[in-house]
Amino acid sequence: MRILVAVKRVPITGGRIVLTDDGQAIQTRHLGFTISPHEECGVEEAVRIVEAQGGEVVVLTLGPAEAEEQLRECMAIGADRGIHLVSDEEWDAQATAAALVEAIRAEAPFDLIVFGNESADAGNYQVGIRVAYALGLPIVTGLKGLVVSDGRARAEQETASGRDVYEVGLPAIVTVKEGLNLPRYPSVPAKLRANRKPVAAQAVGRPPSRLQKLRLVVPAGRGKQAEILGRGPEAAPAVVEIMRRLGVA
Amino acid sequence: MTELSSLPPAQAVVIGAGIVGNSLVSHLAELGWTDLVLLDKGPLPNPGGSTGHASNFIFPVDHSKEMTQLTLESMRQYRNAGVFTESGGIEVARTEGRMQELHRRMASAKAWGIDGVRLLTPAEVKELVPYIDESVIVGGFYSPTVGIVDSLRFGTIMRERAQAKGALSVFASTEVVGIDVEQGRVSRVRTTRGELETAVVVVCCGVWSPLVARMAGASIPLTPAVHQMIDVGPVPHFKDTTGVIEFPIVRDMDTNMYERQDGSGLEIGSYAHRPILHDPEDLPSVEAAALSPTEFPFTQEDFTQQLEDALELIPDVLGNEAVGIKYAINGILSLTPDGLPLLGETPEVKGLWSAAAVWVKEGPGVGKSIAEWIVRGESEIDLQSSDIARFYDCQKSREHVRARSAEGFNKTYGIVHPAEQWDSNRNVRLSPFHAREVDLGAVFFETAGWERPHWYESNADLLDEYGDRIARREAEWESRWWSPLINAEHLAMRDRAAMFDLTAFCIFDVTGPGALDAVQRVAMRRLDVAPGKIVYTPVLSPSGTFKSDLTVMRLGDERFRVVTGGAHGMADLKWFRDHLPADGSAQIADLTSAFTTLGLWGPRARDILSSLTSDDVSNESFPFATCRTIELDSLRVLASRISYVGELGWELYVPIEQGAKLWDLVWEAGRPHGVVPAGIGVYGTTGRLEKCYRAFGFELDADYDVIEAGMAWGTVKAPDFVGKDAHVRHRESDPVAVLCTLTVDDHSSKDGTKRYMLGREPVLSKSGEPLVDARDRRSFVTSAGAGPSIGKHILLAYLPPERAVVGEELLVEFMGEHYPVTVATDDSTSVFDPENARVRS
Repeated sequence: MRILVAVKRVPITGGRIVLTDDGQAIQTRHLGFTISPHEECGVEEAVRIVEAQGGEVVVLTLGPAEAEEQLRECMAIGADRGIHLVSDEEWDAQATAAALVEAIRAEAPFDLIVFGNESADAGNYQVGIRVAYALGLPIVTGLKGLVVSDGRARAEQETASGRDVYEVGLPAIVTVKEGLNLPRYPSVPAKLRANRKPVAAQAVGRPPSRLQKLRLVVPAGRGKQAEILGRGPEAAPAVVEIMRRLGVA
Repeated sequence: MTELSSLPPAQAVVIGAGIVGNSLVSHLAELGWTDLVLLDKGPLPNPGGSTGHASNFIFPVDHSKEMTQLTLESMRQYRNAGVFTESGGIEVARTEGRMQELHRRMASAKAWGIDGVRLLTPAEVKELVPYIDESVIVGGFYSPTVGIVDSLRFGTIMRERAQAKGALSVFASTEVVGIDVEQGRVSRVRTTRGELETAVVVVCCGVWSPLVARMAGASIPLTPAVHQMIDVGPVPHFKDTTGVIEFPIVRDMDTNMYERQDGSGLEIGSYAHRPILHDPEDLPSVEAAALSPTEFPFTQEDFTQQLEDALELIPDVLGNEAVGIKYAINGILSLTPDGLPLLGETPEVKGLWSAAAVWVKEGPGVGKSIAEWIVRGESEIDLQSSDIARFYDCQKSREHVRARSAEGFNKTYGIVHPAEQWDSNRNVRLSPFHAREVDLGAVFFETAGWERPHWYESNADLLDEYGDRIARREAEWESRWWSPLINAEHLAMRDRAAMFDLTAFCIFDVTGPGALDAVQRVAMRRLDVAPGKIVYTPVLSPSGTFKSDLTVMRLGDERFRVVTGGAHGMADLKWFRDHLPADGSAQIADLTSAFTTLGLWGPRARDILSSLTSDDVSNESFPFATCRTIELDSLRVLASRISYVGELGWELYVPIEQGAKLWDLVWEAGRPHGVVPAGIGVYGTTGRLEKCYRAFGFELDADYDVIEAGMAWGTVKAPDFVGKDAHVRHRESDPVAVLCTLTVDDHSSKDGTKRYMLGREPVLSKSGEPLVDARDRRSFVTSAGAGPSIGKHILLAYLPPERAVVGEELLVEFMGEHYPVTVATDDSTSVFDPENARVRS
């Protein structure tokens, strides 16, 4: 089983998002970087499948030199090697998909190609679908369940009323969502191993973009909100009620 | 919500609700202050500063007495508040060099009165910490009282104590935007929630402190820096533990790391990575920070070696693939150019206090001490090393702070020699003799930013001349930052004469019609002496202990020149300024950078000087303890006949640009007399100790009084002075300790190597028990050094009176072994030239 997982380096936002002065980007001076929770689940799922069935997990990214950190994070989870398309520029979904397709073709064949359902920053919901279209592969999106066996994948989508279940023959592409599994924390030996795993890096040039970004706008949020449930022992019933609602009590 | 503007003027405004600010308001309220206001720009109980991500563990033993006292006081407060969990802690050694350092830890524990510590074999470490691989260590230092604290909970408790007294208003999410200063004194704090009048502002803002102080025009020289931490788990060994910590905390000293249980996880912290410094301006706001403003994104590449090192020590836990890294941050904390906190009133602005660069382990002790200092004018624990007034202006520059902080960071767990020198940002303050000294092969040590020769390689011939009279040091530790040339220069001075570069002296003039009253108020001894007299005097704190000791030359009816050591000079200058009369009748001018001082001492000093001058420098005409201007060749020189090395001679003062000329004149005139250049190794140690002269910061501090120091010569002067009442009381009762001079009887260690104490070692009874006086103070070596002229190693130490008897035989612990010593003098009588014939010749 050969599985490819595509990931994207994105800033970790926790507090108020601050834009650069020109409104073209998020101010990342104080921010760390990661991959999205969807993609973390994708890597975890791929690693689990290969751990059970044998094979290889390749993780692929398009991004600046620093995105190697994210490839190493994925390899600390258990991916075997990385492919890094290096570019400092900002790529739209169409161009990204084209570059990934080229890289995937060079490494083909894969039995399964995994994307996050959407990127955590741009949220275009396009790249996985465009790649599937270009490669002529079937795609199932928004998965919260995935079982791979005997050359087929059983894919579960969460819907408002329950789950839609698809079966698809491999090779196929899936886009997955947070909740698919509970990704592991990397162990210390795994972190150290990840530093020694291979990453193939190559510079890529961005084609002219057909999309033009005017500026970013931070929507008016509600900010950090706290509700005081009560003081002292009187607060207990309200706390219990919330815990019930959260399903932890 | 209440606005600040609606409050009456505050007795004090404390900015920053971390461990320090919260402790401080409680102690201020305890001392009777009311109308206190505590502000923080962040939310409570965790406003987002360094306290919020602190690892919260406390190891009590430190080589610094001051830091140990602050830590012990903090532990007492944490215990009383019920937020201390004792776990024990072990500093493990991977090398024999570290084991030697752990022996020093044992000695420091004994000297500062921390009992119960012991050295462990690797197997004993394993017994206490079963998940460690004992094969990679050679031993450990066990402190059973080590523990962790809940610093946020403690802060809340302290805040609420002050609120319960009705003494405190708390304003969270309230940012200070300005601090107004009128006539050099704090008058008002302006915030996002209104303004408030106050005469006292305390900056307890951790890494933001420089920004807040700057609003008032003051400097708090610290830099935010990264300390990396990760949390791994779940650890199978902790499955059955119930508390947050049951296993001892491990400090892996040689890799600059620690590992501590945190519930089901193990926290690993490091001071081993490259120094990562930030600027206070660069910290994100509370709103924009992903976690908190002082929890930066983890930089994995800086931690790879640390993972390897930790894995090697704790393979059972960290080698387990099921134990994951769950949390990792670059925590931001404060570093300072000399590694010590920044405490006290800023020298720039009256009423603006700093309580910054303080860690959780000393926070409550600092809170109490600063409160005492503000309310009573002094703190019970002597804060001289942490006094923010210690810095010269050049030591406050951003680049200096960053260079020294970076250099110090990787020494957090380092084996730091007592005489260890800084590498970075040297050659900032150079004396006018510097070029000559370089030509003479001077080895420079730094004091107060000045480069001072410690010895001169050009004196190598003296080693042959004095041969066996110079004890060679066989062990690497005490020969580090030392040379036998120091002893050779010493002997040449005693035989002939030596020149000393004393440019680092801090010099200031007190002038004006009120000058006499001003200096009389500060000095313990009479200064209503005739112009031309020099007075050596203690400067006392209100409680009659030592604030400083220095010399004062009366140069005229209304002019007094104060000369004090460079290291403490800026704090002395502030103390004198603080005690100037309010009517403006006296002024102070800092002349440190205006004058250079050349010391000339030895039996041939008069011959040398008289060959350069037609002025009468005979003993009759120019007696000891007098000063006057004489002409040396073409220079007009202020000559001051005193000595810190016990010889005939002078301090020669000229404007700094004439220094090189002065050096050349004395050098040329001295050569026929065999003059040698001599370094501070002689001036500060060997020459001083043979005369049993006390040094501030060593023998003299706030823990001992004048009587105990053996310096209560003569009667108490009539005019009032700071500390007088206490001093008079001290004279009326018997001293609880007596400063004695001891000599070492046998230097041989068990393996036959001769060992030489360097200072701060515990003094023990012949049966090896620590000596404790009636005020619970341990006896320890305050200063140690060679006495080449008497052929013995000399130690100074305060002893309980029953031990302070000439001929009393005692022991000193050094590097894990005991050495016999004997009390040589039990007062200020010196072991060399006890009649002081030389200085008066």
